[in-house]
Amino acid sequence: MKADRQLDCYGLLCPMPIVKTAMELKNMKIGEVLEVFSTDMGIKSDMSSWCKSTGNELLGIEEAEGEYKVYVRKKVAYD
Amino acid sequence: MAEKEKATIVVFSGDLDKVYAAFIIATTAASMHKDVSMYFTFWGLNVLRKKKFLFGAPRFKQKIFSLMNRGGAENLPLSKFHFLGIGTLFMKLLMKQYKVYRISEMIKIAKDMNVKMIACTTTIGVMGLSKEDFIPEVDELAGASTYLSRAFDGKVNLFI
Repeated sequence: MKADRQLDCYGLLCPMPIVKTAMELKNMKIGEVLEVFSTDMGIKSDMSSWCKSTGNELLGIEEAEGEYKVYVRKKVAYD
Repeated sequence: MAEKEKATIVVFSGDLDKVYAAFIIATTAASMHKDVSMYFTFWGLNVLRKKKFLFGAPRFKQKIFSLMNRGGAENLPLSKFHFLGIGTLFMKLLMKQYKVYRISEMIKIAKDMNVKMIACTTTIGVMGLSKEDFIPEVDELAGASTYLSRAFDGKVNLFI
């Protein structure tokens, strides 16, 4: 999947992958896609809940041997 | 834009583990674009205090008390297995290995995400503290009605 930006959260545990995703999206344009690389096993559930709560779009999660690539499209602007 | 939903957290405890829980929930709620405020009271005040003894406190009892109750976000003990500091040291080393941010870093992240940090004036009075004893990240010194007025509107109100 093509992404406009990438965010490396290797080895980081909850809540940092989500917090860093939020901070990164803040600096992106609506419609752009962020690829988050994470090893936190909670990320699948957390990112889909976070997207549901914030209104951003979870495009997909690729999983391989405990490593996750999560794709999020920015849909909402916030301060 | 519509007004943000509110979340409030009372941080009563000054234990490392419980303070972690408070900051993890606060920063995550802020990442969900909520209006988050944290109220630090009693032992929780130690999180926001600078690391120092209170020899400047107005009363003798307060000075003595401060010898046993030092402030500082990096001085917090575990609620269990502190073992004169050895248990807490082990936990901190483990957390470092797993790249968990320190409490002092969590305070800065929370601040960057506009989490409000409020210190309780009653405890400040009893312990003989003043505004100068606190780190600059503290937004406000206030009391229970400041907390309640936000908690009544809050969808998530926690006491940790």
